[in-house]
Formats: sequence, structure tokens, C-alpha cells
Amino acid sequence: MTTTGEPATSRSGRQRVPQRPGDLVFSYSAKTAGVLILVILAAVAAFLIVQAWPAIQTDSTELAERVSWLGQGRTLLSYVGPLVFGTVLAALLALIIATPVAIGVALFISHYAPRRLAQVFGYVIDLLAAIPSVVYGLWGALWLMPKLYPVFNWLAENLGFIPIFEGPAASPPRTILTAGIVLAVMILPIITAVSREVFFQTPTLHEEAALALGATRWEMIRMAVLPFARSGVISAAMLGLGRALGETMAVAMVLSPGLTYSFLLLQPGQQQNIAANIALKFPESSGLGVNVLIFTGLVLFLITLVVNMLARWIVSRRAEFSGAN
Amino acid sequence: MKPIRYGRLAAIVTAGALALSACGNDPVSAGSNDGGNGGASQEQAAVAGEIAGAGASSQEAAMQAWIAGFQSANPDATITYEASGSGAGRTQFGEGAVAFAGSDAVMDDEEQATANERCGGEAIHLPLYISPIAVIYNLDGVEDLQLSPATLAGIFNGKITTWNAPEIAADNPDASLPSGPIRPVNRSDESGTTENFTEYLAAAAGAAWPHEPSGDWPIQGTQSAQGTSGVVQTVEGGQGTIGYADASKAGDLGVAKIKVGENYVEYSAAAAAKVVDESARVEGRPEHDLAIELQRDTTAEGTYPIVLVSYTIVCLNYDDAAQGDVVKAFVGYLASAEGQAQAEQAAGSAPISDALRSEVESALDAISVGS
Repeated sequence: MTTTGEPATSRSGRQRVPQRPGDLVFSYSAKTAGVLILVILAAVAAFLIVQAWPAIQTDSTELAERVSWLGQGRTLLSYVGPLVFGTVLAALLALIIATPVAIGVALFISHYAPRRLAQVFGYVIDLLAAIPSVVYGLWGALWLMPKLYPVFNWLAENLGFIPIFEGPAASPPRTILTAGIVLAVMILPIITAVSREVFFQTPTLHEEAALALGATRWEMIRMAVLPFARSGVISAAMLGLGRALGETMAVAMVLSPGLTYSFLLLQPGQQQNIAANIALKFPESSGLGVNVLIFTGLVLFLITLVVNMLARWIVSRRAEFSGAN
Repeated sequence: MKPIRYGRLAAIVTAGALALSACGNDPVSAGSNDGGNGGASQEQAAVAGEIAGAGASSQEAAMQAWIAGFQSANPDATITYEASGSGAGRTQFGEGAVAFAGSDAVMDDEEQATANERCGGEAIHLPLYISPIAVIYNLDGVEDLQLSPATLAGIFNGKITTWNAPEIAADNPDASLPSGPIRPVNRSDESGTTENFTEYLAAAAGAAWPHEPSGDWPIQGTQSAQGTSGVVQTVEGGQGTIGYADASKAGDLGVAKIKVGENYVEYSAAAAAKVVDESARVEGRPEHDLAIELQRDTTAEGTYPIVLVSYTIVCLNYDDAAQGDVVKAFVGYLASAEGQAQAEQAAGSAPISDALRSEVESALDAISVGS
């Protein structure tokens, strides 16, 4: 049979491959591309460390003197602390809002929608990912905000007894909750796209077995699809979290910044995100001020690294249960 | 002087007409030629050469218009301006990296010494960009809000929190003020607008404004937005909001009248230019240096004291004759009525008064070129 013969020839051919120029070129260019990624990562890290170093070693009183916007009595760490808090808070809010919606959309596409509709729908979701963040910022600032105010006002008036919803609601609502909502819309496509792919990969046998045992569609999804896809969904959420952590323009456009460790979601001027802060301060900064900003960038870089490593760890820990590998 | 000017004007108009006919019926090139003619008529002669400037970003929009206007009159001259910030501009000027600098603030002694060394003579400040700052607000049913400096400071300091507070009512006896909360909006980025606004509050409001003047807003937990457009948009988007922004960007928002002396003054370009004329010179400056001590607590009638003044810093002596000639011609264009009108159109600045212009012109005449 020809089909069994072919693999044999190609296998024996593989041993001769190094002599062929095309293969040599390809293997080296692939290797170079792989190494290049590491080099770029190292170069970025080195740049951040070198540029942040003057800010790290300068004595805190001198730093406060030379960087006017640092604020009275703030050291480098007490400056970056609230920024880290704001960054993580905005990203977590986005994740809390986006993940359930994204899972719902992905399940709809993979298991509920008619095939035609699912394809169109998936395409539209992917399109959302292509919208530039500055457009999301404009949309959030000009369209979404007026619509959010009545909602926030209602929250403040009726749920104001819960500390995070303490009123009066800001008008216009340039608060961390608005930023979280805009970020949620921004990370929705990536979480949806990855989850959808994972849901599609659920072994049909599992699904059919569940249905054969008399499970309804929801029970089948709960028993067969979700456990199988759990690690995939977690890594999808982490990818979304990574984007939300580093988002600049949209946050800068919808948030009134402040530097406190505050959980107040409806008040302006409480939190700020690192990337937006850099964008805001950089144009008028010089000398040591730039070093301080780059130091905050270094911290953001580390946070994203940690988040990604955490995601990997969760996925690998769950791998044995999921059967994905 | 006059007949020469007319002769030159006639020559240039002819040249413009020739260029026009050469270009066929292209209305765009015809327009730019006309703009150039007006500029050239104010100057000595068309100059050629390349100079660079750097500094205040507040001047950027006006500077772009100036450069476009100047270069169309002097096609062989190339001017560049990098809006790197006032401080960076002064540093680059001191290092000799740029031929002129834009700066929102007067050089301190150390910078002045460096600049003098670079010039081999004096470096002087010329106030050629006056940008009024308007207090804008969004409050239904209140048309003509009037505010005294102390009330304004109380509002932005968070001490006056409702629109029907007695202080505001005292300033506006005839208005029916709503009871809603006041939501002050400030710039979230460091800016010359904030610095000048807080300087005004510190000078005019006395104890009601306890903060130091600074380019960064001194109060935490406020509504804020990036850039002038961000502040305007935030004030528009909220209810009972009040903010400060370049007057040219106020749009349809209400603009508060500010109490100066016994009257409430509405912002106007003339009123803004007048405060510069009213203000005293900074003492101990060389002749021809026009650095001013803005008198923000002025009580003179018809002045509008909330302005941003940005200087053009030049040398009184340029060793490089080619560079000096271009600087002289360019700064002359900046100060000309036409240059100021260009800036007003492009950046909404207030044109300088004729009195100030003649002083700038005599300063420019004093610039020696080549040694």
C-alpha cells in the first residue's frame, strides 16, 4: 500500500535532511525566531531595570524633592503601592464582570446556537478584539458614561450601606467601576475565543454518554463540558487579566485618578492604574521623574509575569483532571 | 518706513499674483500665498536658514501656526519646535542646542547664568503667548455665574460643596441656585494651566486657598481628566460640575465671570491682554527683558487675571549671523499683529497689546547678529 510506504520513505528521508539547504535554512530561521523572543524579553527587562535604577537608588527625601508630582512624604514604594492596588483592582473587576459573560457566550456558540449563527457570532466576537483600545476609551467616555450614571446612582442610594458602594455617586461616573466595565468589554473577546475553542474540543463521546444517561443539555454541559474545559477557561481568563492589567488608553480616558488604597467603586479620584499613570505623567516628566515612571513600568512587568506564571501553574496542576493533554 | 513697506507689499502681491496664476485655479495655494504676504510685509526681508526651538507645550498649537505662516513667507527658512516642556526647553537653550526656547516660567538665576553664558550676553524673555483660562461650569438654569476669588477657591478646595451655599448666593444675588452638589474637575496630568490657575487662587483668594501653586493638582479624591479636552468633556458629562480650561475650548459651556476689584469681569481677549500690561516687570532684569510679575490680584477695571503667559526666550546676541537673522525675523513675526492673529485663530490665545508689541520690537532691534 502506498500510504504505508510513504511514511517509511519520509522517515528515512528525515535522516538525510541536514544536508539539504532548504531544511538547514528553515531550522536555523526557526531557531533564530525562537531565540529572538527570549532576547527581546531580556532586552525589555534590562531596559526597565537600567532605566529604573536611578530612581531605586536615590534617597527618598531627594527623590521627593526632585520629582514634583511624587507628592509630599511619598517614597518610591508608597508611590507605586497604590498604583499596583489600582491596577489589580481594575483588572479584577473586569475579570469578575467579563468571565461569566464570556463563558456564557462561548457555550452559546459551541453548544446552543445553530451552526450557521454560531459561525457568524464567533466572527463578530473576534472582530471585537480588533477594535483599538483608544476607541473603547472614547466609547466609554462619551457613550457609556451617561448611561452608567443612573445605575451607579441607584447603587449608591439603595446599596450605599455596603462600603464599596458608598455614595454619592460621581457625576460623570469617572470611577474604577466604569474602568472595570470598559476593560471587561475589552477582554471579553479573548476569553470568549479561547473558551469557545476549548468547549469545542470536549470529546463527543463524553457528551453523548451524558445525554444517553438521561442528562438534559445543561446537565450534560455541567458534567462533561465544564470539567473538561476548566483549565482552558482559567488560562483564557488569565490572558484576559494580562490585557486588563496593561491597558492604558481606555483607563486614562474614563478614570479620575487618585493614589489611595480605596475600595470605593463609585467615588472619583481614588485609584489609578500603572499604565495609564505612565501615559499621564510622561509628557511633562524629565530626569528622575522618568526613572520613577519606568520603575512603575518594571513593577507592572513583574506583575504580568507573575500572573502568567500563576496561570501556567493552575493549568498544569489541573491538567491531569481535565484530560486535555 | 511706510512707503518702503507699501512698495514691498506691492511687489509681494505681484509675486503672489504670479504664483497664483502659475498654480492655476488652486484655491489652497492661493490662500497660503496670501497668508504669507501679510507676514512678509511686517519683516525686513525674506530670510533663509534653519533654526530649532524647544520648550513649553502650551505654545505648541500657536507655534505650529506661526511656523506655517512664517515659512510660507520665507520659503527658504526652516523652523522646528519641539514641545518638550518648559524645563527641558530652558535646559536645551542653555546648552545651545536650540536657538530659542518657549517657557511658561521665567528662568531662575542658575538657568539665567547658563543662558547668558551660552549667548555671550544676555538672554531675554518676551511674553508673546497669552492664553486665558476660563472657569467653565455645567449647571442647569444658571446662565451668568459670578464668582469672587475666595468663593472660587472654596469650591475647588472642597469647602463649598453645594451650589446654593451662602458664599455663592452672595456673589449671585439675582440667580436662583439649585441645591445639588458641586463637582469640581481638575487636570489629571501636570500642566501649565493648573499651575497658572493655582497661582491665581493663591494670589487672589488669600486664606481660602491654602495650597502651594503647582502644575499638579494638590487635592486628592477629585474628578479629573487628561488634557484640556478631557476636562471640558468631563464638565459637559456631569451635573453641577465646574472646571478650568483654555478659554478657547470652553465651547457651549457656561463661563463664570470673575470678580476683579468691585466688578465681575467676563473673559475676553482684550481683558486678558490687559492684565499683562498692568503687571509690573520682574525686577533686576536686563534692559529689554520683558519678564513680568503677573499681578493676579489686580483690581484694575476690565482686566481678566486668570491667564497663562508663555515666554519666548532669545539671546540679545547671536554669533552665528545666519541663525540670528532667522531668529530675529521669526520672533518679529510672532509679535506682529498678523502673527498674534494667527495664534488667536489656531490656539485661542489673546493677542498682545500694541504697547507691548512696540516694546518687543525695540527689544528685537537690540539683538545684535554676528560679532
